[in-house]
Amino acid sequence: MNLIKIENLKKDYTTGDVVTPVLDNINFKIDQGEFVAIMGPSGSGKSTLMHILSFLDRASGGTYEFKGKDIKDFDDNYLAELRNKEIGFVFQSFNLLPRTTVLDNVKLPLIYSKKKNQDQIARKSIESVGLSHRLNYYTNQISGGEKQRVAIARALVCDPAVIFADEPTGNLDSKSGNTVMFLLQQLNNQGRTIILVTHETDTANHAKRIIRIKDGNILSDEQVSKRTIAEADKELIK
Amino acid sequence: MNSFSVIKLVIKNLRARKGRTILTILGITIGVAGVIIIISLGAGAQSLILGQVTKLGSNLLSIQTGQTAGNGAPIPGLVITTLVNNDATALRNKNRVPYAAAVSAAVQGSATIVWGNKTVDVTFVGTDSEYPKVVNYTMQSGQFFSEAENIGGANVVVLGSETAKQLFTDSGVNPVGQIIKVKSSMQNNAGGVPLRVIGVIAPRGSSFFQNQDELVFMPLIIGQQQILGIHYLQTISIKVDDASHVTSTVASVNSVLKQQHRILEDVNIDYTIRNQEDAVKILSTITNALSLFLVAMASISLIVGGIGILNIMMVTVAERTREIGLRKAVGATKKAIRNQFLLEAVLLTSLGGLVGIIIGILVSYLISLLMIKLGYDWAFIVSGTSILLSVGVSVLTGIVFGLFPAIRAAKLNPIDALRYE
Repeated sequence: MNLIKIENLKKDYTTGDVVTPVLDNINFKIDQGEFVAIMGPSGSGKSTLMHILSFLDRASGGTYEFKGKDIKDFDDNYLAELRNKEIGFVFQSFNLLPRTTVLDNVKLPLIYSKKKNQDQIARKSIESVGLSHRLNYYTNQISGGEKQRVAIARALVCDPAVIFADEPTGNLDSKSGNTVMFLLQQLNNQGRTIILVTHETDTANHAKRIIRIKDGNILSDEQVSKRTIAEADKELIK
Repeated sequence: MNSFSVIKLVIKNLRARKGRTILTILGITIGVAGVIIIISLGAGAQSLILGQVTKLGSNLLSIQTGQTAGNGAPIPGLVITTLVNNDATALRNKNRVPYAAAVSAAVQGSATIVWGNKTVDVTFVGTDSEYPKVVNYTMQSGQFFSEAENIGGANVVVLGSETAKQLFTDSGVNPVGQIIKVKSSMQNNAGGVPLRVIGVIAPRGSSFFQNQDELVFMPLIIGQQQILGIHYLQTISIKVDDASHVTSTVASVNSVLKQQHRILEDVNIDYTIRNQEDAVKILSTITNALSLFLVAMASISLIVGGIGILNIMMVTVAERTREIGLRKAVGATKKAIRNQFLLEAVLLTSLGGLVGIIIGILVSYLISLLMIKLGYDWAFIVSGTSILLSVGVSVLTGIVFGLFPAIRAAKLNPIDALRYE
């Protein structure tokens, strides 16, 4: 069984009488443990694809099976629950809550789950991105790289099946970007499925497989031949 | 998401924006404090006024000269002389007015009292020995005049405590037994009528803008003939034996007086019967209406406060659009978002209400201290109803004015919300 299987996926946006096709005839499968980059220029439909894959949006046509089940059958509340349990998000602009501590930010997905020992789980997640010393810092007191690591800790906290990273290095300097990619590769090495959305080839090359999209269609879908392995971050290793 | 973590989250959000939180609740606080203060003052004033009415004695009927429309005052300027001593005698007939416990006729006027080199301006009442039975009071010293003294027109007088004090305190003389002279401003009796003081009434305080302790009492005939120079009565007071007999007694009195005055049609009635119950009812109605009006005014500030909440919540939702998007992305359902914002609004208004209640009670208490200091018999009353009402209104305001922004927040599309700058 594939983790993600989409067939003939279609998405249109309707504004008044004008129908704008965004995605058309998209087909692919993603298995557990893959590291896939969805690449394409802006306006190619890659973000829309990511939103559909992560249950934030619904397709206009075709089928999307997640863990073998067609998500068409699920209502909004169940999709919210799925996002909580199965999906972790890492955004370009971090999307951390202001005036809130690192710990509380990481705990955010947990308060919508029924998990117990939320504090403990969140601390462990923060430890895994090497930020235990920033636990009670407010998010405006830490650097951009650290912010993105907090976001990764938040994405991990509910132990999801897939992590969606939408331009995760877009707002970072190259060193911090490298750290983020290193963390994502490490997570993938531990068996976590990662779906990376980017328009940069350098970033995409950290993945194992690249799906290129242009004007709503798949241009190519191939394994990365010369994969970039992010350098180990000294700070994280100690 | 359990309700406890929602509350924790909301409190955290409110604390993160302390300045705004305080400004937001200010409207509700002022409104609630206003309602509490006004209801408390209304109740205090009402108890003060009603206390004065009952001080005069309950179950009291008062017959005055002249007809009045409804509950208004007698028409001024017109001297009506048809109420006479015989009317009082007729009303004392147990067969005709069975429930009258006491009937007292009276005239009233202003006079100057002279004792030695002291003079005091007073209001005098010429009345009969039934008067003490009609009006509740106790004697400080001596006694009230008897019916024999009244009928005989004895030259005796009973002083109110204040008048006695003004005349005799300085010299330390016991008022009882002293001879005072009463000069009327109406009669040309230059030397005044000499009267012997036989009693002093214990202090009773003010009621109906008349200091009861400054009154002096003398036999009816003395007051009528020697001081006022009239033969008619101004009022007849009747004490009914029980409150349940007030209505039937009014009817009996009417039939007696109509016969006495030979009145066939109601339009010719030349007297007015009032009872304390009516007065209490009228005063209650007035004070209630006043309180209600003031509460309505204060409620406007509650509504304004509610609109303030609505405004702030709309701003908050707009400002936190990205946060809402994020929350939805990490698994918040529409319901969870709606409850969060609704709870935030309700918590804001409840907090405002709570602070308002505390301020309201405090201010009401301070006012009651002030009123007592000013010499009023003021009661500090904060009713549980007004507090319950305030709490209810605060919570309701939160729900009503918080619901729209909360629903709006819940309806946000997570993708748009995440993109929102």
